[in-house]
Amino acid sequence: MTEKVNDTIENEAGAEEPQEPTVASEEKRAAGNETQEPVITIHGLKKAFKDHEVLKGVDLDVRKGENLVVLGKSGSGKSVLIKCMVGLEYPDEGAISVLGQDISTLKYDELNVLRVRVGFLFQNSALYDSMTVRENLAFPLRKHKKTMTREKKEAVIMEMLENVGLEDSIDQLPSKLSGGQSKRIGLARTLILRPEIMLYDEPTTGLDTGTAHEISELMIKMKQKYNISSITITHDMACAKLTADRIIMLKEGVVVAEGTYEELEKSKDEWIRSFFH
Amino acid sequence: MPPSLNPYQKAKIRVTEKRSELQKFFYAAGDLVAFAGRFFRDVLKPPYEWREILYQCFLVGYKSTFLIGLTGFIMGAVLTIQTRPSMAQFGAISMIPGMISVSVVREIGPVITALICCGKIGSRMGAELGSMKVTEQIDAMEVSAINPFRYLVVTRTLATILMVPLLTIYSDLIALFGGYLAMNIHDTSTLRHFFVAAMSHLEFIDVFPAIIKTFFFGFVVGLIGCYKGWNARRGTESVGMAANSAVVASSLAVFVIDMLAAQITDLLV
Repeated sequence: MTEKVNDTIENEAGAEEPQEPTVASEEKRAAGNETQEPVITIHGLKKAFKDHEVLKGVDLDVRKGENLVVLGKSGSGKSVLIKCMVGLEYPDEGAISVLGQDISTLKYDELNVLRVRVGFLFQNSALYDSMTVRENLAFPLRKHKKTMTREKKEAVIMEMLENVGLEDSIDQLPSKLSGGQSKRIGLARTLILRPEIMLYDEPTTGLDTGTAHEISELMIKMKQKYNISSITITHDMACAKLTADRIIMLKEGVVVAEGTYEELEKSKDEWIRSFFH
Repeated sequence: MPPSLNPYQKAKIRVTEKRSELQKFFYAAGDLVAFAGRFFRDVLKPPYEWREILYQCFLVGYKSTFLIGLTGFIMGAVLTIQTRPSMAQFGAISMIPGMISVSVVREIGPVITALICCGKIGSRMGAELGSMKVTEQIDAMEVSAINPFRYLVVTRTLATILMVPLLTIYSDLIALFGGYLAMNIHDTSTLRHFFVAAMSHLEFIDVFPAIIKTFFFGFVVGLIGCYKGWNARRGTESVGMAANSAVVASSLAVFVIDMLAAQITDLLV
């Protein structure tokens, strides 16, 4: 049962202004107001692994140009939720519509056509460790942009590396990259096909505070540059604060709260407050 | 097992455990058959990953030449050295080249080559794919709309199917050369004379089934190596287990195929 924090929290007159109105938060508010067209709609999603029920009827929607952050503790089903959206896991019940297509009805080839439009950044970046950075970025192009000339591909790769500020790492192997660099390259590889939706699976986990902040800023920059809608799975509150247009909170497979960062921060629910303090 | 249980209860528990193991074995076997089915379905579908197939052929074939060559050489030399005294007793030294060629070409060459491939190639594939699974590289490929099965499994299995027969032929030739050198420790024979004597004992029924079975050896080495890696669980320990079980299972499969091939050949002769 979703608790609409807007309704439950006491929004007294003269309530405190949202904290730290940064440029990023202004921009994300603007982005949130762009349009209300949903690009992802999930209804009644249930998923169990043997006897363990991970998702117990999740409902959510992501509007165009919006970044929805999914917060929840480990084991709450966050990663399973986004894996269901790209067909890495199959739901037991419920409907998932991505860019207007019900993914449960798609055949493998049709699902692959949709997957090109959806980017997925893995928690550990999942760079192909036998390939250099250039080859990692060229690989999706080689498979999906067969008519693109070699020069054009090279230009696209360089553009993506410039976006993430790692042009000098082009010939390095992933094993030589730091955690933050791997994340950036992973992001560049995902964005190289210009997806309309990005799914970030714990993008700042395992990074120091400074690098995590850089990655969060990069996510905002890419969202603005390519007008991407996104879902971010995280329990990094700094990342959530910086990037979220809207947050949903997942507890034991159920969405228990929804709202902006500022709204949720003021919640009186102990469990919700435990994330913010 | 608690001591308070009566013999019937103990026996029942043992039977349940064994049944569970047997069930697991059949589940795994069924899963492997399904995996093989997927291979045959995907191998025929374009687009073909020529570049990756060639690269895997290079890794499986060219990168194994030294090891296979050395093993083949030792195999031929040892076989000659160890059979020579017995053959000498019967005054059948001149039969050694023929005996070496028949035993190497029919049995020892293909089996030893396949077993080395199980150890070298099967384990590499198991570990490589297992590592890719654990680090979500296979999932990354999947969500990039690239069929990872076709790119990883089909290419590797095709490479082993193509390369193991070639490696076997290469190993057989080196083994004969090893036999020739070993024979010259005590006797004198020219290389030409040795090879002519060796080849004159070989018949179509010696060579053809031996070559055919190496395609099956290549198939199981590649497929089982990939299967074990593909099904690795999430954890670094499973990578080692995948490599290890790939070697064990594919070696076993090589022996089973060899036995079946021997029976089939026997029926045909």
